[in-house]
Amino acid sequence: MLAKRIIPCLDVKEGRVVKGVQFVGIRDAGDPVEVARLYDEQGADELTFLDITASHEKRGIIIDVVRRTAEEVFIPLTVGGGISSIEHIRELLNAGADKVSINTAAVHNPDFIREAAERFGSQCIVVAIDAKRISEDPVKWEIFTHGGRKPTGIDALAWAEKMVDLGSGELLVTSMDRDGTKVGYDNALNRAISERTHVPIIASGGVGELKHLYDGIAEGKADALLAASIFHYREFTVGQVKKYLKSRGVTVRL
Amino acid sequence: MITIVDYGMGNLRSVEKGFEKAGFAARVVRDAEAIRTASALVLPGVGAFRDCMTNLEERHFTEAIVQHIKAGKPYLGICLGLQILFTESEEFGTHRGLDLIPGKVRRFRFDSSVETAGEELKIPHMGWNAIHKNLSPPILQDVAEGAFLYFVHSYYVVPDDPAVIAATTHYGIDFTSMIWKDNIFAVQFHPEKSQETGLSILKRFGELAEKS
Repeated sequence: MLAKRIIPCLDVKEGRVVKGVQFVGIRDAGDPVEVARLYDEQGADELTFLDITASHEKRGIIIDVVRRTAEEVFIPLTVGGGISSIEHIRELLNAGADKVSINTAAVHNPDFIREAAERFGSQCIVVAIDAKRISEDPVKWEIFTHGGRKPTGIDALAWAEKMVDLGSGELLVTSMDRDGTKVGYDNALNRAISERTHVPIIASGGVGELKHLYDGIAEGKADALLAASIFHYREFTVGQVKKYLKSRGVTVRL
Repeated sequence: MITIVDYGMGNLRSVEKGFEKAGFAARVVRDAEAIRTASALVLPGVGAFRDCMTNLEERHFTEAIVQHIKAGKPYLGICLGLQILFTESEEFGTHRGLDLIPGKVRRFRFDSSVETAGEELKIPHMGWNAIHKNLSPPILQDVAEGAFLYFVHSYYVVPDDPAVIAATTHYGIDFTSMIWKDNIFAVQFHPEKSQETGLSILKRFGELAEKS
């Protein structure tokens, strides 16, 4: 049976891991390759690098990070952050990324998703959806871009369907209300999207304790769970998360 | 030396690095002559069956690959490299494959007509799933029964002759996740993305290639 995937996410700026990752026993906790190797050893099912490099000139640094990671870590790697051209996708895939995650560029030009999926295959095109609740009864979510700062007026569920129709092979759904709060994923959001589309859903934003991960699967119907701080701050290892999920009856790769 | 065929269907860097990590020299080639002189061939690839066959034809690789396999030299097919061995695929209409393994390539269909025992199944089949061994091919020597490997695909192979089925995997149905016939080894999963378990498969194929 297909296992639920646990995906640590690293924010990378100009080739360095940001968010004060706290690790003992590795040489350089700021080196994404070192951290990737550690998560690989812990049993991560995939890895995601979110490139938050602001300077356009320094955008090429992530390519080198991907290349070095792919030489040592043999699990799927997704790279996101500021991807807006076919050429940029090609460079990342050639460097060893397996998937790219696209957010703002899809909102500016939805057809970019079709073009990317036709060129490289749906399996490597992930659309990242940053959504915020805008009403409770009936519950509605809106798409935001630029790290959650810019509203777009687009309904999140309709957007998810559209992205899948255009060729997105997977959706990374981040609740902007929950991100950083440690109160759990927005399971209603994830479930609504999961039930309306036929592609895998990665839940993101809000994990603070083990129970939240189980709820993400049981209530949110997520196919994969992405988390950052619980792993970076060594609250739990990937292995601990998987053992816990297994004890709750979830199929995981141990 | 392991020869990896680049025919424009995805990134081959992980396959190359995977063999290196497992202790075997590998080269990525883009010409028919290099395929003809290869002692052991690896055909990876992710994407559409039709594009894959078109790319192989355009580059005049098809005949060299068929000859390699017919000569009994070691062949490792990964994902599309498995599917193209079959007679035909129903991906976007019917397309002919190399017809070295009689059978079809079918799309997963999870509608109400399929009994999936309450599982909610997404397409593509993406992620880590267990393989169950029917046969004991040498390249699975270090892979335990029920081991998890990484998959990403929407189509699966259906061989006419069940004797070639080396492993199966359950996703709504039990599908063929590996075939083995003589020196043809072909897998639906991605050894190059399946951590230590996957690298052990590349290592065993490397050893087999050295001996032949």
